[in-house]
Amino acid sequence: MDNVTVATETHAAHEEHHVSLPQHRHHFETPEQQREAGTFGMWLFLLTEIMFFGGLFFAYLLYRNWYNPAFVAASNQLNIPLGTTNTAVLITSGFFMALAVWAAEVRKKTFLVATLLLATIFGLVFLGVKYFEYKEKWEKHHIPGASFDISEFVNPPRDAKTGKPVEEPLSPDMAQKTQVFFSLYFAMTGMHALHMIIGVGLLLWLIPRAQRGDFTAGYVAPIENFALYWHFVDIVWIFLFPLLYLINRHPV
Amino acid sequence: MNEHQHHDPGNITNPEHAEHHIVTPKTYGIVFITLLTFTGITVWAAFVNLGILNPMIALAIACTKAVIVILFFMHVFFQSKLIKMTVAAGFFTFLILVTMTLSDYISRAWGLW
Repeated sequence: MDNVTVATETHAAHEEHHVSLPQHRHHFETPEQQREAGTFGMWLFLLTEIMFFGGLFFAYLLYRNWYNPAFVAASNQLNIPLGTTNTAVLITSGFFMALAVWAAEVRKKTFLVATLLLATIFGLVFLGVKYFEYKEKWEKHHIPGASFDISEFVNPPRDAKTGKPVEEPLSPDMAQKTQVFFSLYFAMTGMHALHMIIGVGLLLWLIPRAQRGDFTAGYVAPIENFALYWHFVDIVWIFLFPLLYLINRHPV
Repeated sequence: MNEHQHHDPGNITNPEHAEHHIVTPKTYGIVFITLLTFTGITVWAAFVNLGILNPMIALAIACTKAVIVILFFMHVFFQSKLIKMTVAAGFFTFLILVTMTLSDYISRAWGLW
């Protein structure tokens, strides 16, 4: 009976120690186990995101095969310099997020806050560039719907030097199908931008907490798992950029 | 009271759980430069007329970039087998989704073209 009492008391003391540390909750054996469980859970969430964006990519693949001439003409409306800039901006943001994880691991608070701020700023730059791209589509009536304008696809502008159309003219039927491209363009880049906005929101929540020192005393998980999300959003763009902007420059 | 009723010693002695790798800024820097280089290459390649190879090269570069991000920015290279299996299983399931749907799509009008 004595032995049981002693064992229970030791156990209780042990539990209390667990509860006091966010990186080692009482229901985990070790901090490492908690960390792996967290990473595992985060990846399961990201897999559902892969399926979600995967469905959109798949729709793009099929419709691009069906209405190839419309997809080529519509895709060439996109601005490659802006798309390239945004790719570099997003990779830079991801780089600072990766550095933030390192800063949290080695417990450098000022560096952690600085890298989180830089990741946020580059994320906002990306969204700003996206705004100007969307604005151009709005002005050219290239947003699918009642006021969509097919004239630029039926009568493409002529090159000043050669006098030839810059793009293969489409029949009015096929030109209507450019709306399918723009629908998918707005659905895919829009869902990506929504993920960016949610990410920036989370960053604005993480930065004051990092400033308070929450993540530089051994509790790295929120920074690490947010970084996984942020890099995932990067990967989506890594595929969106070539598929939407680049692969239709030379129709077979 | 037996300790074993509450604690699975495998969780403590499993060396995979104990290992923790901190990826250095140097590695991140190399990955960053590599990703920017690949971005440059893919834009350059888009303006060279390679016919059917254009989309293939663009997708191959995108896949390479994605794998680099997953392995190093997302630390999968340094993670336990459980995490590696989870990530691989996810992509494998997505491939099944694509293959099954495509095989249906291709075979719908079989012989009618």
